[in-house]
Amino acid sequence: MPPAVGGGLAGSELRPRRGRCGSQAARAVGPDVATEATARSPKRPAPSSRRFEAPGRWALLALVTLMSFATRFHRLDQPPHICWDETHFGKMGSYYINRTFFFDVHPPLGKMLIGLAGHLSGYDGTFLFQKPGDEYEHHSYLGMRGFCAFLGALLIPFAYLTVLELSQSLPAALLTAALLTFDTGCLTLSQYILLDPILMFFIMAAMLSMVKYNSCANRPFSAPWWLWLSLTGVNLAGALGVKFVGLFIILQVGWNTVSDLWHLFGDLSLSMVTVGKHLTARILCLIVLPLALYTATYAVHFMVLNKSGPGDGFFSSAFQARLSGNNLHNASIPEHLAYGSVITVKSARMAVGYLHSHRHLYPEGIGARQQQVTTYLHKDYNNLWIIKKHNTNSDPLDPSLPVEFVRHGDVIRLEHKETSRNLHSHYHEAPLTRKHYQVTGYGINGTGDSNDFWRIEVVNRKFGNRIKVLRSRIRLIHLVTGCVLGSSGKVLPKWGWEQLEVTCTPYLKETLNSIWNVEDHINPKLPNISLDVLQPSFPEIMLEAHMVMIRGNNGLKPKDNEFTSKPWHWPINYQGLRFSGINDTDFRVYLLGNPVVWWLNLLSIALYLLSGSIFAVALQRGARLPAEVEGLSQVLLQGGGQLLLGWMMHYFPFFLMGRILYFHHYFPAMLFSSMLTGLLWDILLRLCAWSLASFSLAGHVHTLGILSLLLGIAYSFYLFHPLAYGMVGPLAQDPRSPMAGLRWLESWDF
Amino acid sequence: MLGFLQRPVVVTADINLNVVALTAVGLLSRLWQLAYPRAVVFDEVYYGQYISFYMKRIFFFDGSGPPFGHMLLALGGYLGGFDGNFLWNRIGAEYSTNVPVWSLRLLPALAGALSVPMAYQIVWELGFSHCAAVGAALLILIENALITQSRLMLLESALIFFNLLAVLSYLKFSNSQKHGPFSPSWWFWLVLTGVACACAVGIKYVGVFTYLLVLGVAAVHAWHLIGDQTLSNVRVLCHLLARAVALLVIPVLVYLLFFYVHLLLLCRSGPHDQIMSSAFQASLEGGLARITQGQPLEVAYGSQVTLKNAFGQPVPCWLHSHQSTYPVIYENGRGSSHQQQVTCYPFKDVNNWWIVKDPGRHQLVVNNPPRPVRHGDIVQLVHGMTTRLLNTHDVAAPLSPHSQEVSCYIDYNVSMPAQNLWRLDIVNRESDTDVWKTILSEVRFVHVNTSAILKLSGAPLPDWGFRQLEVVGEQLSRGYHGSTVWSVEEHRYGRSQEQKERELELHSPTQTDVSRNLSFMARFSELQWRLLTVRSDDSEHKYSSTPLDWVMLDTSIAYWLHPRTSAQIHLLGNIVIWASASLATLVYALLFIWYLFRRRRRVCDLPEDCWLRWALAGALCAGGWAVNYVPFFMMEKTLFLYHYLPALTFQILLLPVVLEHISDHLCRYGALAATPPWGYGSRGVLNGDSSVMQMGLGSQARLCRGSEDEANEGCRERKVADVHGRWGRPFGPGERQEQREGEGNMGRDPEQPVVRGRTAWCMAEINQEAL
Repeated sequence: MPPAVGGGLAGSELRPRRGRCGSQAARAVGPDVATEATARSPKRPAPSSRRFEAPGRWALLALVTLMSFATRFHRLDQPPHICWDETHFGKMGSYYINRTFFFDVHPPLGKMLIGLAGHLSGYDGTFLFQKPGDEYEHHSYLGMRGFCAFLGALLIPFAYLTVLELSQSLPAALLTAALLTFDTGCLTLSQYILLDPILMFFIMAAMLSMVKYNSCANRPFSAPWWLWLSLTGVNLAGALGVKFVGLFIILQVGWNTVSDLWHLFGDLSLSMVTVGKHLTARILCLIVLPLALYTATYAVHFMVLNKSGPGDGFFSSAFQARLSGNNLHNASIPEHLAYGSVITVKSARMAVGYLHSHRHLYPEGIGARQQQVTTYLHKDYNNLWIIKKHNTNSDPLDPSLPVEFVRHGDVIRLEHKETSRNLHSHYHEAPLTRKHYQVTGYGINGTGDSNDFWRIEVVNRKFGNRIKVLRSRIRLIHLVTGCVLGSSGKVLPKWGWEQLEVTCTPYLKETLNSIWNVEDHINPKLPNISLDVLQPSFPEIMLEAHMVMIRGNNGLKPKDNEFTSKPWHWPINYQGLRFSGINDTDFRVYLLGNPVVWWLNLLSIALYLLSGSIFAVALQRGARLPAEVEGLSQVLLQGGGQLLLGWMMHYFPFFLMGRILYFHHYFPAMLFSSMLTGLLWDILLRLCAWSLASFSLAGHVHTLGILSLLLGIAYSFYLFHPLAYGMVGPLAQDPRSPMAGLRWLESWDF
Repeated sequence: MLGFLQRPVVVTADINLNVVALTAVGLLSRLWQLAYPRAVVFDEVYYGQYISFYMKRIFFFDGSGPPFGHMLLALGGYLGGFDGNFLWNRIGAEYSTNVPVWSLRLLPALAGALSVPMAYQIVWELGFSHCAAVGAALLILIENALITQSRLMLLESALIFFNLLAVLSYLKFSNSQKHGPFSPSWWFWLVLTGVACACAVGIKYVGVFTYLLVLGVAAVHAWHLIGDQTLSNVRVLCHLLARAVALLVIPVLVYLLFFYVHLLLLCRSGPHDQIMSSAFQASLEGGLARITQGQPLEVAYGSQVTLKNAFGQPVPCWLHSHQSTYPVIYENGRGSSHQQQVTCYPFKDVNNWWIVKDPGRHQLVVNNPPRPVRHGDIVQLVHGMTTRLLNTHDVAAPLSPHSQEVSCYIDYNVSMPAQNLWRLDIVNRESDTDVWKTILSEVRFVHVNTSAILKLSGAPLPDWGFRQLEVVGEQLSRGYHGSTVWSVEEHRYGRSQEQKERELELHSPTQTDVSRNLSFMARFSELQWRLLTVRSDDSEHKYSSTPLDWVMLDTSIAYWLHPRTSAQIHLLGNIVIWASASLATLVYALLFIWYLFRRRRRVCDLPEDCWLRWALAGALCAGGWAVNYVPFFMMEKTLFLYHYLPALTFQILLLPVVLEHISDHLCRYGALAATPPWGYGSRGVLNGDSSVMQMGLGSQARLCRGSEDEANEGCRERKVADVHGRWGRPFGPGERQEQREGEGNMGRDPEQPVVRGRTAWCMAEINQEAL
C-alpha cells in the first residue's frame, strides 16, 4: 500500500469535524515516514460535546473578534494630533489624494490604501502633516486611523484561526488570541496611520491562507484548495506591496511550497502529470498572480500620481517627463548644447541627482579649502551651470556673436551660475573616497586656472558631433590630471549638508558613476524645440523606481554618536518608542510590548527549542512514544516548526541589515512568537496532564493552567494599558505617577 | 623473553611514493628562487610592518583580521634573525641586508607546497581513485595564482593550507569512525580538525566559513549517528560529547591562545595605542603607562583628573575647556548663553584638567585621608585653569539643537542660575557602592537638574570653537552608548589651595606609584571587539575587483615591477584551470540535481555508497567553494583577486572528482535514455523489463523500486555479478568489508568489482518480481 494513503485516511477521519478539509497536523509527514502510527491526530474533547461544538466555535471566534475590535477602536481619536510616523504616512496619503508625485523608500500599496481610506472617509488632502504634535483640528483623520485599526484588529482572529488549524486545539488558539489582544505594543501600533498594521495584516493573512491550503492537501484542485492557494498569492503581493519586509513571508511560503512539492514529487502514487499540475498551479498562484498584482499596484501608483511634486529629482530625466507640472513635461528646450547655455547636469546613476555647488567651503583638513561641489537630489537654483569656452571669458550670449555649438571632444569650462566659480579639480584627495581627487568650485567671476578645463565627451560617439540635451550620455574628463568627473554615491557628513560626494576618478572604468546627461537647457539664442522625449516604458519605470527605493533604503544609515535600536533589544522589550509627548503635561503614548506577554514569548521560544529537540532526538533514536504523546509531538514539531520558522524569518535578517532599525520592526516576528507561545503552552499543559494521569485532579491541570495564563495576561494588560491609551501626568520615574511601579526596566522612559 | 634475539625487529613502512613525489615537486615549485626578488612585493609592504612590530614587540592594531597569520609571518622573521629594522613604505623598495627575505617567505611557501600532497590525500579520502587524486594535486601544483601567492609574505597560502587540513583531517576522522571509534588515530584526526579550523579562523575571518562547513557536515553525520539504533545511548552520548569538545571547545581555546601569545609578545606601546581604552594602554610598557604609572587608584574629592571619552569616534579626545566663550549669536541666528566653551580636544593639554569638588565644601585639595567618590555621589567638576564649574542648562547646543549646551558657568547676572551639580553613574560597577577608579571605571555624568547626560556629539565646532569637538547634554538618553561614557586617564591628588600654585601643579607631570593590570580576558575581549568593529575606509584600488570578475578571471594584479629591467610579478590565474573548474562545478550541480530528483522518484542511477561519496565530495568541494566565495558578495570592503584563491582551491579539487565520475558512470553507456526520466506513474505501468534489462547490462544505472519490505533502503541490495560475468565474481560479506582497502581502483578497471560494503543495488529483476 503506498504510504501516502495513510495520510489520506487520517485526514478523512477528520473530515466530519472540520467540515471540508482535514487538519494539517493529521497529515503524515510524507510517504517517507514508514510508521503509519505517527499520522494519528491529537486527542479531542469528548465526542458528546460535538453537537454544541460548531456553534460554540463560531461564538468563540465572534467573541475573540469582538474583543479585538473593542480594544483597537477604544479611544481611537486620542490624541487628536499627529503621532510619530503619521507625519510621513499621512502626508503620503494626502499626496495620493492630491495626485502629486513623491518619493518614499517603501513600495506604494500601503500608502495608497491609506490615501483611499482617507478619500472615502471624506479627508480632502489639505492637512499638511508637518511634524508630530500638530493638531488635526477640523481635518478628518479618523477614517485613516480607523482603516489601520480595522486591519490591526483582524490580526487577532487570523492568529486565532491559524493556531486552531495548526494545533486543532481551542485552548491554544484562545491563548494566542489573548496574548495578541492584550499586548500593548500591537495595540498601539494598530491605532495610528502607519504601514505596520497593513503589513502585518497581509503577513498574517498569507500565513492563514497557507495553513488553510496545507490542510486541504488531501483534496487537491478542489474549490477551497484553489481559493486558499490563490488567496495566499494575493496576500503575498499585498505584503510585498506595503514594505519590502514582506519578502520574509514570501520566503516562508516559498519554503513551505518547495517542501510540499518535494513530498508530492516523492509520492510514487502520483504520476508525473499530476506532479506537473501541482507545480503549475503553484507557479500560477504563488508567482504569476502575486507578480501581476504587485505590478498592478505600481501601475495604479504611476497613474494616480501624475503631477510633479517633491520626489521628482530622485528620478531620471526621462522619468520626470511623465509628470505634468515638471519642466520636462511636454518640454520645449533647445536641442543642441551651445556655449553660453545655462544647464543642469544629472548623473546617469539612479538616485544620485544633479551636479551642485553652494557657498560653503570644504572644511579645514579636507582637501583644499575651496567651495564644495556635490550632487543634490532636489531641484534647486544652485544646480545651474553655465557652459563656457575654456580660453575666452567673453559673454557668449552677446547677441553680436554667432551661436557656437559644443562638440564632442571640446575643452570647456563649467561656471557655477550663482557663485561664478568654475568646476575645478586638482591633486588633493577627495573627502570620502581617498583614492580619488577632490572636485571644488574655484576662481573669481569665472577666472580660474588651467585646472578648470574639462574635455566633454559623448559616450560611444565619434568626433565632431553636436551634443544633444537629455539624450547624449556625456563624460567630463579633467584636462590636467586626466581623471573623470563622477559621483561616488557616498553621503557627505554634516558639513556637506548630507549631499553626495563628487570626485574625479583616476580609474577610467566604464561605470554609470561617471556618466552624466544635460537636463535643463536655457539658451535664449536658440529656438526651443518640443522634445517628445524618451517616454520610458512601464518596465523601465518599475525598474528605476525599485533602484531608487533600494538606494534610499541603503542610505538610511545610522549616524555616529546616535542611540540606535539594536535587534537584540527587541525580544527582551528593552526599550520602546515614544509615539507622542515628552513632558509630564503632554498626552503621552509609548510603544512598548506588554512585558508579561513578551517575556512569556521569550521563555516559550527557549522552552520550545528544548522540548522540540528532546522530541526530535527521541524520534531519531526510534523511541516508541505512547499514541497520545506521539500526536502532540507531531503538532509540536510540525505546527510549531512552521511558527518558529516564521519567527526566525522575520527576526534574524535584521541582524544583517545595515540600515537604521527601529523597535517596531520586530512586530511581525512577535506575531509568530505569540502564536508559538499559545501552541506550546497548550501542548506542555496537555503533556503535564497526561503524565499526571494517575492523579484525580489531572484532568484539571490543563484547564487551570490555561485559565491562569489567560487571567494573568488580562491583568497585566489592565496594568499597562495606559501606555497605549495614553497617559497624562508625572513621568514614571516620579513616585507620584500611577505608572511608577511599572517601570520594570530602567531603559523604559514613559 | 629476549624475543628480539630470535626474531629480528622489523619495521614495515608503508610509503606512498605518490605523496612523496608530490611533496617534492610542490616544494620545488614553491621554494625555487624564493628570495628573488629582493624587493618589497605588493602586500608585503602591509604585512611587513607588522612583522617589524612583532620583532620589536610593539603593540599594533590591524583591523583586517586576527593575529595568527601575522604571527606565522613573524615566526619566519624570528627564525631568520630579523631585527625588525626596515622601513616598509613603498612597493618595489629594495630590502636591506638585515632582512632575511628567504626565511620570511619560507613559511607561506611551505604551506603552499604542502597543499599539493594534501589535495591528493583529500580526493583519496573522499573515495576516488589515485588517478583522480594525483590529478587534483597536479592541478593545485601548476595553478600559477597559487604559486605566486605562496611565494611571498602573504597570508592566503597559510589560510588555504589550514582549510585543506581541516577538511582532510575531518575526512580521515570520519573514515576511521567505521573501524575504530575512540582509537588514538580517531582522536588525533578529530582534534586536528578542531585545531586546523581554529588556525584558519585565526589567520583570516573568512576561515570561519570553512569551519562552519565542517561543523555542518559533522552535524549531519552526528544526526545519523543518533539515528543508529545499534549503538547504546551512552555510546551515542560519548560520541556527541567527543565531537562537541573537539569541534567547539578546542577551537575556542586555540583561538584564545593566539591572542594570548599575541598580547604576550606585544608588550610595548606603539603608534596604534590611541584606538584602545586607557586601561588597555596602561597595560603596555611605555606610552600612557609611563604617565599613569603610580597614579592613585581611587578618585577622591579634590582629585585632579583628565576625562577621556570612551567612544573614540571620530577621534579619541578629552573633556576640555578654555577662556573663550560661546558666541552670543551663531551663524544661523540662534542664540547661546555666551558662557565659557566646553569641548572635547584630541590632544593632551593643560586645559584638559578638571578637579572633582564636593558641592558642600569650598576646598579643592584632597583631605588626609582622601575621601573617595562613589557611585551615585553628587559632584561638581571645576576646570583647573579657569576654576569655572561644569554646567549645563536648557539652552540649545551650538550644533545639535536638540541637546543642551554644556558650558563652564559664568555669572552674568541675567537670571540664568548655575546648574552645576552632576550625579556620578559608574557604568561598569559591581555594586552600588563602588568607588570611582582611575582608568578602570567607566562613568557617566548625569545632570541633577535636567537629568541630561554629558555626551560627546562628535561634531567639530566652527572657527570660534577652534574646530574642537562639541560636547552636549543629552536629555533622557536611552541605553548605553560609548559617547556618554568617560574615564579618568591622568589623575593626581590636588595639594594646592591657591590658584597660582595649582596652575603650576597642573603644568607639572603626574607621578606617584601603584601598578595595576587588566586580566587577559578583559584585554582579549576589548581587542577582539575593536578588531570587529573598526570601520575600514572602503577605498577603491587600482587593482580592486568584484566577485563576479573572479570566476572568469577578468582581473589581475601587478605585484611587482623591476624599475629598470621591467621584470614583473603578476597575479594571474591559469585560465584553463579556472574555466574548467567552474565548468566542473556547474556540471556537478546539474548532475547532482538530476540524481536527486531521480532518487526521489526511486530511480537509482548510482549505488548507495557511490551516491554518498558523490554527495560528500560535493558538500566539501563545491560547498567549500560556495562558502568561500558567496559571502564576498555581501562584503563592503575592497576586494582583490587573491580573495578568491581559497574558494578556487576547493573548486579545483572538484574537477578530477567530476571527471572521474563522468568517465565511470556516464561514458560507459548511452542507454540512460532507456528509462523514463522520472520512473513510472504507477506500478501498473511497469512492464518495460527488456529495455531495463538492457540497461542493466550496459550500465550501472539501474532502476529500483521501493517495496514494502525494504522501506529503509529504498533500493535492494544485489550483486550485479549474477547479471553479467564482466562484473567479476560475487563475493561474500567478509570480502566486501575488505573492498574498502581497494577503494582506489574503484571504477578504474572494469575487471575489478565496483561493489563494496552495504551496496544497495537496484535491479531490473525486481520488476519481474513485481509482475
